[in-house]
Amino acid sequence: MSGGNYYVPDSSRYPIFAAVSLFLLVMGAGGTINGVANGSTVLYIGFATMAVTMFFWFRTVVQEHLAGLDSAQLKKSYVFGMAWFIFSEVMFFGAFFGALFYVRNFAVPWLAGEGEKGAPIAFVQEMGVDFWTGFQNTWPVIATPDAGDAYEMADKSMAFPGWSHVAEWLPLWNTIILLSSSVTVHFAHLGLKNGSRKAFNRWLGATVGLAVIFLGLQAAEYYEAYAHYGLTLNSGIYGSTFFMLTGFHGFHVFLGCCMLSVMLVRSVFFNHFETHDHFGFEAASWYWHFVDVVWVMLFFFVYII
Amino acid sequence: MSAVIENHHDDHHHGPAKGLKRWFYTTNHKDIGTLYLWFSFAMFLIGGAMAMIIRAELFQPGMQIVEPEFYNQMITLHGLIMIFGGVMPAFVGLANWLVPMMIGAPDMALPRMNNLSFWILPFAFFILLSSLFMEGGAPNFGWTFYAPLSTTYAPPSTTFFIFSVHIMGASSIMGSINVIVTIMNMRAPGMGLMKMPLFVWSWLITAYLLIAVMPVLAGAVTMMLMDIHFGTSFFNAAGGGDPVLFQHIFWFFGHPEVYIMILPAFGIVSHIIETFSRKQLFGYSSMVWAMLSIAILSFVVWAHHMFTVGMPLAAELFFMWSTMLIAVPTGVKVFNWIATMFRGSITFETPMLFACAFVVLFTLGGFSGLMLAITPADFQYHDTYFVVAHFHYVLVPGAIFSIMAAVYYWIPKWTGNMYDERLGKLHFWLSFVGVNVTFFPQHFIGLAGMPRRVPDYALQFADWNMVSTAGAFLFGFSQVFFLFIVIKTVVGGKKATAQVWEGARGLEWTVDSPAPYHTFTTPPKVS
Repeated sequence: MSGGNYYVPDSSRYPIFAAVSLFLLVMGAGGTINGVANGSTVLYIGFATMAVTMFFWFRTVVQEHLAGLDSAQLKKSYVFGMAWFIFSEVMFFGAFFGALFYVRNFAVPWLAGEGEKGAPIAFVQEMGVDFWTGFQNTWPVIATPDAGDAYEMADKSMAFPGWSHVAEWLPLWNTIILLSSSVTVHFAHLGLKNGSRKAFNRWLGATVGLAVIFLGLQAAEYYEAYAHYGLTLNSGIYGSTFFMLTGFHGFHVFLGCCMLSVMLVRSVFFNHFETHDHFGFEAASWYWHFVDVVWVMLFFFVYII
Repeated sequence: MSAVIENHHDDHHHGPAKGLKRWFYTTNHKDIGTLYLWFSFAMFLIGGAMAMIIRAELFQPGMQIVEPEFYNQMITLHGLIMIFGGVMPAFVGLANWLVPMMIGAPDMALPRMNNLSFWILPFAFFILLSSLFMEGGAPNFGWTFYAPLSTTYAPPSTTFFIFSVHIMGASSIMGSINVIVTIMNMRAPGMGLMKMPLFVWSWLITAYLLIAVMPVLAGAVTMMLMDIHFGTSFFNAAGGGDPVLFQHIFWFFGHPEVYIMILPAFGIVSHIIETFSRKQLFGYSSMVWAMLSIAILSFVVWAHHMFTVGMPLAAELFFMWSTMLIAVPTGVKVFNWIATMFRGSITFETPMLFACAFVVLFTLGGFSGLMLAITPADFQYHDTYFVVAHFHYVLVPGAIFSIMAAVYYWIPKWTGNMYDERLGKLHFWLSFVGVNVTFFPQHFIGLAGMPRRVPDYALQFADWNMVSTAGAFLFGFSQVFFLFIVIKTVVGGKKATAQVWEGARGLEWTVDSPAPYHTFTTPPKVS
């Protein structure tokens, strides 16, 4: 509820610069994908202008904060805004998890001729017509229904390799790393609340370090998949769900890592954040906990079962 | 410290900036509301022109005017432009103008992001429309872009279509976050949730739906992009995926989207009926609960769009019953509107005419929706003109009539001028006749078996198609007339008082007409 004067910013050129950058970004991305001349140049320009715009926009917000323009009420707007933004991210991942559940519980069994809706396929197969005969309802789907040249056959999946190989199973290490990073970011928060900037900087630095290690291991896993397992985006539905879910998660880890790094720089070099006033950091840490929760879901649904 | 901050105190004593900069750089909710409303009007006319091409082609059986490929591009762009460019931005524009004034807030909670939400849209639709001039033409798979039409068999411009949907979604999500935060955080002291005007309630729920489903749409188009260009097989059975999966994801977005386009209309109509009946709205709290129930139910009814796709029987039954359940809260709302009018001293100014037509014709569209909800009956109706008639009844005399009602109702507050009542009434009657002549016959040809999305049809459907086309051109030209009325009102007209309407309630009527550039810089006290 409103008590006093709410800070309404003066007109600003950042939003429309951001809109133009976004336009260049997507035109460039579309052009690159479709093989239009100079598409990638436009894409890079879009990236650059977007980055610059966001830098100045956030800088202005921070300056306004330091100038004491934001009331408790405005801070609440940022808090609510961040919470709803994370909710929208949850729904984005929901679409991909939904696809995974649908494929595993319905599409693949039906394609293998199981159940009421699989009956037509089973019937065709019984008639001796070569219609995806031999396709089995297994997960991970290694052999696709159409075994032709269109798909790259993977030798191996990313699923649990058995207890004898558990130590070299990267996802387990990644889980440990990401869960620990959620703990370290919490310790950083506690340090800040207790008024210890040193503790805050150290724990936050550790968090960023863990994030970088996570991303490195994720890259190593992808390399392994492409180079040794034959598991690619082109390996049918298992590769599709695996790479899209882990890929989007990895991208979000990267974003969260950038956010936390900015907070670290702000604290180390500019002495930002007060004991009772540090929502910029809190927002980044919320985001970090969010990517952590998504990883736990991924670990469970993509890697284990 | 930057100049931005130092200027801020002067700003409150001045009006808007001069020239184009005002519109490019603005953080003012009224300016941004105006931008949204004009943008949606432009899109409404462009999408309408496409509808005219469609109806002209269907005037007679046989191929008349356009190639079938181009016809498909027209039906696709008509749907996308009307939904994402016409109806949704119009409601966001109304929210921008009205929500801060209705709750006694100085502006939207996050004014700069508000500007970004708007300015993304012209670029998004520039991309979408430019696809018409690309090699292979614009997207041609219908606004629902079902795979594999939109993946395996899609034109190259689909890549740009996908990215334009992405940034439209970003715009909607940012806009909705702004609306929710404004409503939750910026209400004047004393305005509890159950004292909020119903338009504000309707937008709180709509914004929640938008934030919940726009990311799902982004996920769907991302999977399409990956299937087309990067070898994944989400929607390809040969790789273990399923084209039906696309329909599930799409309609998980698509059905709440339908309510996104009607809930703000419920809010608008409640205000207008209350004002012109000169009575307090009947059943305020049941109106709120009805909207909440509709919003929650909207997440569990999506597969009623796909009864014929081959789902298990249990799913067909579940989605049939859950869909029918929606009739209950919707019925509550319709009866409340009628009860509000009951024994009121009603006058029929233009907004009230549109609101009354809304109640009757939207209910009609709801009834045909109930028919479609019956699974075995839907096997007959699916993908026929009956469906076209159904959703145009809920969208044109539903959503769009409510937007027109809102424009007539609040334009005196926006411009300070009264619109010309005689012209307004004429516009209403032309639209009312036009809309019914266009869409009512489509029920008949649909039940008789004419499929939707075809440029040519069998001879027995010729007469009603001719009638429908005549109605469509009447409706179409009436909207050019509407544009004239709006411009006439902006330019001049009888001066409006602050109260404007005798029976109007709410904080927006306590400020001058036209509303000052900044309102409620200190919040009013609401008792």
